[in-house]
Amino acid sequence: MNLSWMAWTWPTAIFFMTILALLVGMAVWEYFSPGGNPRVGVLRFETTRGDRLFVSLLGSAFINLAWLGLVGPNLWWALALSVVYAIGVFRYV
Amino acid sequence: MDKTWNNKAWFMVLPVLLLVAFSAVIPLMTVVNYSVQDTFGNNQFFWAGTEWYAEMLHSERFHAALLRNLFFSFIILAIEVPLGILIALNMPRKGWGVPVCLVLMSLPLLIPWNVVGTIWQVFGRVDIGLLGRTLSMLGINYNYVQNPLHAWVTVIVMDVWHWTSLVVLLCYAGLVSIPDAFYQAAKIDGASRWAVFRYIQLPKMNRVLLIAVLLRFMDSFMIYTEPFVVTGGGPGNSTTFLSIDLVKMAVGQFDLGPAAAMSIIYFLIILALSWVFYTVMTNYDAER
Amino acid sequence: MSVAEDKLMAERKGKIDERSSMQNAQTALARTMRRRGEESRFWWLIPTLYIIFLMLPIYWLINMSFKTTAEILSTFSLWPVKPTLHNYAVIFTDPSWYSGYINSIIYVVMNTVISVLAALPAAYAFSRYRFLGDKHLFFWLLTNRMAPPAVFVLPFFQLYSAFGLIDTHIAVAIAHCLFNVPLAVWILEGFMSGVPKEIDETAYIDGYSFPRFFVKIFMPLIASGIGVACFFCFMFSWVELLIARTLTTTAAKPIAATMTRTVSASGLDWGVLAAAGVLTIIPGALVIWFVRNYIAKGFALGRV
Repeated sequence: MNLSWMAWTWPTAIFFMTILALLVGMAVWEYFSPGGNPRVGVLRFETTRGDRLFVSLLGSAFINLAWLGLVGPNLWWALALSVVYAIGVFRYV
Repeated sequence: MDKTWNNKAWFMVLPVLLLVAFSAVIPLMTVVNYSVQDTFGNNQFFWAGTEWYAEMLHSERFHAALLRNLFFSFIILAIEVPLGILIALNMPRKGWGVPVCLVLMSLPLLIPWNVVGTIWQVFGRVDIGLLGRTLSMLGINYNYVQNPLHAWVTVIVMDVWHWTSLVVLLCYAGLVSIPDAFYQAAKIDGASRWAVFRYIQLPKMNRVLLIAVLLRFMDSFMIYTEPFVVTGGGPGNSTTFLSIDLVKMAVGQFDLGPAAAMSIIYFLIILALSWVFYTVMTNYDAER
Repeated sequence: MSVAEDKLMAERKGKIDERSSMQNAQTALARTMRRRGEESRFWWLIPTLYIIFLMLPIYWLINMSFKTTAEILSTFSLWPVKPTLHNYAVIFTDPSWYSGYINSIIYVVMNTVISVLAALPAAYAFSRYRFLGDKHLFFWLLTNRMAPPAVFVLPFFQLYSAFGLIDTHIAVAIAHCLFNVPLAVWILEGFMSGVPKEIDETAYIDGYSFPRFFVKIFMPLIASGIGVACFFCFMFSWVELLIARTLTTTAAKPIAATMTRTVSASGLDWGVLAAAGVLTIIPGALVIWFVRNYIAKGFALGRV
């Protein structure tokens, strides 16, 4: 079977491995402390840590896109901003 | 219902997971890979970084297609939802009329989408179509091939024809589940028709209306086949919605990189919207 | 008689009682409706007008299918002046036409069977148990129902080429699982949540093994749900064209794709085109008739 059409590159491979590692990490965390620590945060409805991860990742994607569209192609700053955003989400949402 | 905690349930979900992951995860990864590279065919790829994303975000063509699609979704929701409620309220509840109405109304939903396009393409033609012929006899210079406004009206009427029944059926399902006692109580109170609708029927339909709006919004946001068959995205680009533009770019011009970048942005928008809808829906359920 | 069967009987009886009381309520409702009808005698006008609006384009297609192409182009009439079956004869004698129908039916049936069989245990798991990441898994499944097929068209072609599946029925059947399996899980989960959990527990106490309980007791209870799920899988696989067209070239080409191609090649044979269109409507009309009593509940995904 020839899979060269998938056109893997190192950056995208690292990206997907990071996502996979995050999911595995969440599963392990959930296994040792089940229930997902549900609470009602600033969004006024109940979220678990899985929801918070999803909101962080999706929000980061939009932060990066917005940076690319409005500021410029240097995405390291956008990435830093995303990390701050993710910490905020895990702390307050 | 309180459910038992049982991680072995994963084994029951496994077939579904594998089946969907095969068709969803691998293509999605491939699209991400394409979006950061340039190609001239032959499976030769060159690193392009975020170039395509930047190009898409600044592309007039993409903005126009996105706006057009949002506008289209907004219009059809504004027509189909009230119309669907109105028809559902006036449907018969008993007797031979019920199956007849249900079957006839669901019929457009089961016609292959390109046949829907063909039906309306033929129906609107000035030379052989009933609608086109009638309109031109009335003195209206109707021509969906050349006039953008007429093309839009045709596509919207076609979508109303195709999908309003979905809203009708959902609302009808909500309405028949209202116990008769509610109506009697309203009658004793001397409630007006409007009050019955506002305080008895509408609350009961909330849930299904949410599903209807969700499904209609998502499906209209990815509409492809029907307008493609009728107008081919034209005249000009006036009915080129996101999916039509995407297929044009990927298959027609073989611009894999930009098409992939556009797919990712398109997908992220859909993901965010479905999350909002889904969260609203599950929280609404939790409150009840 | 075992405890589980006893319970089942009681459940059934309860359902029958409920049904008859519902019927009473409906009769009463019909009476109120009639009384209300005195205020607005023309309630039937709206559904009737709507159905006329729905039927007109379909009627026009049927009308055209009984005309010759020459008649379509030369005279404008509301019914065929010289009705002919010629167009249908063309379709039923030309393999490139009728094999399109056979191909479509084959992959649609395959898809329906695969989707519902895979979705049954998964829907049971979602409706009965909590497990690691269940809510997120459910949401992920739904996002696939929402994802635009256009996004997947290109990698799909390459993925299925890599597996040597291009132009086979199974390729289309598996590809359509992308949106049909989540839908089937969603519908079945709705119907299953309506079955009280006590039934499962009694059956287990009674010594039923899980597979036997599932097939003998549980599946009959959600039979209407399974029917509705089959209907929806059939429907969405039948109407989809973009993916089906991408994954097939000749041997498994669906009828809908045959239509578009023949139109462009043979210089617009309107009569045959209309006849082919009419024939694509018939399978849908047949399956609706079988599920007509459950269709409204089905569209509400079993959640009313």
